[in-house]
Amino acid sequence: METITLSAPKHIWNSISNLIRSLWITLKLMTYNKVGFLGFLLVVALILFSTVGPYFVKLDTTVKVDQIYMTPSAQHWLGTDHQGRDVFSQIVHGGYEVLEVGLTAATIAVVIAVTFGVLAAFVGSWVDDTILAITDFIIAVPQFAFLTVLAAIIHINSMLLLAAILGLLNWPALLRTIRAQALSLKEREFVEAARALDLGTPHIIFREIVPNMMSYIVISFSLATTYAIYQQVGLILLGLVPFSGNNWGVMLSKAWVRGAIFYKGSFWYIMSPVIAIALLQLAIVTTNRSIEQVYNPRLRTDM
Amino acid sequence: MGESTVSQVPINKIRRRWKVISHDYILRKFIRSLFIVWAAITATFVLIHMMPSNPIELYVNQLVMQQGITYEEAKDQAATLFSIDLKKPMSLQYIEFLQKVIKGDFGTSVLSPGTPVADIIKEYLPWTVFSIGTGLLISFTLGILLGMLAAYRRDTVVDQLLTLYASIFSAVPNYLVAIIILVLFGVQWGVMPIAKLRGVLSPGVKPALSWVFVKDALFHGSFPIIVIVLTWTASWLLIMRSSTWSTLEEDYVNVARAKGLTDGRIMTAYVGRNATLPLFARFALAIGLIVGGSVLIEQITQYRGVGYTLLQAVNRRDYSLMQGIFLILTFSVIFANFFADLLYGWIDPRIKVGNNK
Repeated sequence: METITLSAPKHIWNSISNLIRSLWITLKLMTYNKVGFLGFLLVVALILFSTVGPYFVKLDTTVKVDQIYMTPSAQHWLGTDHQGRDVFSQIVHGGYEVLEVGLTAATIAVVIAVTFGVLAAFVGSWVDDTILAITDFIIAVPQFAFLTVLAAIIHINSMLLLAAILGLLNWPALLRTIRAQALSLKEREFVEAARALDLGTPHIIFREIVPNMMSYIVISFSLATTYAIYQQVGLILLGLVPFSGNNWGVMLSKAWVRGAIFYKGSFWYIMSPVIAIALLQLAIVTTNRSIEQVYNPRLRTDM
Repeated sequence: MGESTVSQVPINKIRRRWKVISHDYILRKFIRSLFIVWAAITATFVLIHMMPSNPIELYVNQLVMQQGITYEEAKDQAATLFSIDLKKPMSLQYIEFLQKVIKGDFGTSVLSPGTPVADIIKEYLPWTVFSIGTGLLISFTLGILLGMLAAYRRDTVVDQLLTLYASIFSAVPNYLVAIIILVLFGVQWGVMPIAKLRGVLSPGVKPALSWVFVKDALFHGSFPIIVIVLTWTASWLLIMRSSTWSTLEEDYVNVARAKGLTDGRIMTAYVGRNATLPLFARFALAIGLIVGGSVLIEQITQYRGVGYTLLQAVNRRDYSLMQGIFLILTFSVIFANFFADLLYGWIDPRIKVGNNK
């Protein structure tokens, strides 16, 4: 008993220090690609900006008719909108929902893609054929047109529902890469060795295959996030998803519906959410370069 | 003995036929396309007819509420609109729906009764096909050329500039690119005639085989085409650049060099042809995104194609028009995929022989 209670904290401490060390190594590897690391820093900054920022910046929603479409000043960093409200505070508060839907949808899509991609590669035969047939079918459907029609039939009135729909729609492209990767890994020597040792399919999948596909899985996740953000903002922009909350997409949609885009003085009001969304997408895509750096040792030797 | 040989003959025959089918690349792709067409029609049927609170039910209830007619009468009216007999059992309705869609009969518009949905589609579809087709053709060509240029001039200023452009424009959503163009060129600097660009043709210009018509169509289509070209050239360029890199390292390129072939010949017949293959592999995904994205692009650019009409149908809850346009868009994607598969097989004869996808 005593030995266990004594060794337990030590054990925990060890695993924590291991975790910190591996995180540190990962971060160091990511810096090898300067542009990718810059993207990663920007992603972190935008996430902090949208999660912590709202606690520091107050959102004032009272209409001030005398302060419409003001240009940036010390008081209003990004000017004011069509109702005289501060644009900067709306940007601070508007990122959380965009990220929330994007990340939730991406998680759903990646879980489906990895589960069924590996399953298709491993079981083969009719399971593979069926999964591929469904994948081909979903890829053939023009996604955004489908979402437009779907929004007319069911009321997409919550963030979670929207995230679930986007997640259920975005996995096919990811599945194809995961499946192809699993197929090629299946034939490698270390998997054959594991099979010869009779370690069982779960061990082979979770201990041999999945860790070796980590780069594909992480990159799939970041791609799925960008798909979901694209579709989400697009749907909100067209007014198909009735959100009244604060969201970069809602800001854009309001500007579009009110024709503010065609008014010279509204430049800052429109460009703020446009730049915010564009930066977020760009940052996520650029991070992929650093992720490749971490998982692909061959790229590292060049440096 | 005798029995077994008799029964084995047809099985062998079927097997041989199946072998012929599965080995004939074009036939295989054609059957796959047919299957996807069927799946799309079936999925649409389920979505529009069988889901709880489906559009037909909504429409029937709406008629009963608004016009004070009986449920049966409302059902009759809905039946003519969606070109379906609601009194028949679901399975028969499904077969009838399949038959009509295959014949190109998508029912009539809910909002302008008497106008067949097929006629509305015929009016707007050509413009979408024109803008997407032109944009895709230009971006594909530019992407291949610039991607090869970047790969051949690896790590030079040209490569860095092209990669910078491609990284930005492949990541930023295309509708944001359209909005930025609109705000900067249209509103702030006033160099783009926004009001004149609206619609697909200027008033008074009729479709005809004349220079005036072609010029006008290109003028009005230029905004959506520029957006497609800017964003998709970037994506094709990135794929082409990395595939050219790996092709340049192949043995057959070295052999061609050793044989003393000219650089131009190596670039086109050896590197170019092989390096474009990943682009064709990506095509299926791209075409779905472009056609679906036309809803957004046509709305921002105010280009009255089929995507613009779909959004209007959705906003006015014109369910039969929605259903028709959605099916047509899906069919277009499937057809474009089939066509790309044929091209793929022509450029890379290996995939015609192999059983890989």
